[in-house]
Amino acid sequence: MYDMSALYEAQSVEDAIALRLAHPEAQIIAGGTDVLVQMREGKRAGKALISIQKLDALRGVSIDAEENLRIGSLTSFTHITGDPLIQQYINVLGQAVDLVGGPQIRNAGTIGGNTCNGVTSADSASTLHAWEAIVEITGKNGVRRVPIHDFYIKAGQVDLRVEEGEIQTAILVPKASYDRTYGSYIKYAMRNAMDIATLGTSVNARLSVDKKTFERVRIAFGVAGPVPMRALKAESFINGKPVTLANIEQFGKTVLEDINPRDSWRATKAFRQHIAVESAKRCLIESVKLAGGEL
Amino acid sequence: MAKNQYQLVTCTINGKEVEQMVDVRASLTDMLRGDFRLTSVKKGCEVGECGACNVIIDGECYNSCLYLAVWAEGKHITTLEGLMGPNGELSDIQQAFVDEAAIQCGFCTPGFIMTAAEILDRGVYYSDEELRKLLSGHLCRCTGYENIFKAVKKTMLRRLGRLDDPYLNT
Repeated sequence: MYDMSALYEAQSVEDAIALRLAHPEAQIIAGGTDVLVQMREGKRAGKALISIQKLDALRGVSIDAEENLRIGSLTSFTHITGDPLIQQYINVLGQAVDLVGGPQIRNAGTIGGNTCNGVTSADSASTLHAWEAIVEITGKNGVRRVPIHDFYIKAGQVDLRVEEGEIQTAILVPKASYDRTYGSYIKYAMRNAMDIATLGTSVNARLSVDKKTFERVRIAFGVAGPVPMRALKAESFINGKPVTLANIEQFGKTVLEDINPRDSWRATKAFRQHIAVESAKRCLIESVKLAGGEL
Repeated sequence: MAKNQYQLVTCTINGKEVEQMVDVRASLTDMLRGDFRLTSVKKGCEVGECGACNVIIDGECYNSCLYLAVWAEGKHITTLEGLMGPNGELSDIQQAFVDEAAIQCGFCTPGFIMTAAEILDRGVYYSDEELRKLLSGHLCRCTGYENIFKAVKKTMLRRLGRLDDPYLNT
């Protein structure tokens, strides 16, 4: 038995919004792999829950009318990894979420929950930042879209307005972001399964037609600060430069001007800085290879 | 909690359609053990880390401790009991666990076998590395992982008709 004061089950998105307005104190629950654990730990004990588990309309991956890759918020990690559209356009996202927890957790956990937690270590978060994903939020006044960078307000807090009855309904990756772009993710953790990232690094690259120049490189980290973050100085250094190992080396070093990791029981700041530099380089080298470039 | 909240759940458990009134606070583990006496579903960590409560829901494995009983509405659920034949005959994967001595205390066994059942039903050949990853959602505190791996791999080879694979003689 879980220590909850009430359970409200939404039957549709409209219903979820109405329930949220009626019970502003209630916690939304999707896959349950975080909320129920926190309830057991006592952190959310005694709370009321609004379950959106049955909103099957929020599951699945598609390409919408604007050619955005659209990922329904309740799509499980397993289904993201196995989805042919994800594999074709943003394979690295499928690879990143295939490192969450273990198989059963990946069947239950959702990408919406992974982002709405506002946790810096979420395996999807750095990749979604690096691909400039857009969060679709539905509330009583309709739909609004927020760049993922702005969606994260601070550790554990995201831009979902309870007074508007809002829930996250999809994550979009625009064509301008995924077109001709290839990415790589490194999760550094102590164990291969059932562990949280000490540092997560996601890089993607679009090369010029002759594959000799970095046309657009983007990089984002998880656990390099209180929320997932881009490394913009490193990006502006590498963009427009020739595809060479020397430039990739300098790109890695420049990352240190962007990030601000902390000491924690998982790892020291110095160690996180070290693996940030190394992961940035390795991810970019892999991205170049996937894009058909030579080094 | 001022007043208990109950809900009627209709689902299929091990091939049989059932109806059950459940407390909305109940996990699927609570329902399967308490209401249906399916005690192969073990209560281990109850926070989704150990995999002892693993069951198959609509073809995919879930830790039933992190799954509310009311979410079972309309679902097809299989527990270890559902793998047996009509007269209690063991399925091939259960027999393989016996043959390989992949059991010590037995607490993790039902969860492991349900994951193995999901994997093996796909009819796909997996490398050792892939199989290890697919089995990684379970903890065995007797640390009998090697024999568990063997039981799953041998059953995979047999089901795929690779009967001359030298691994079967190990």
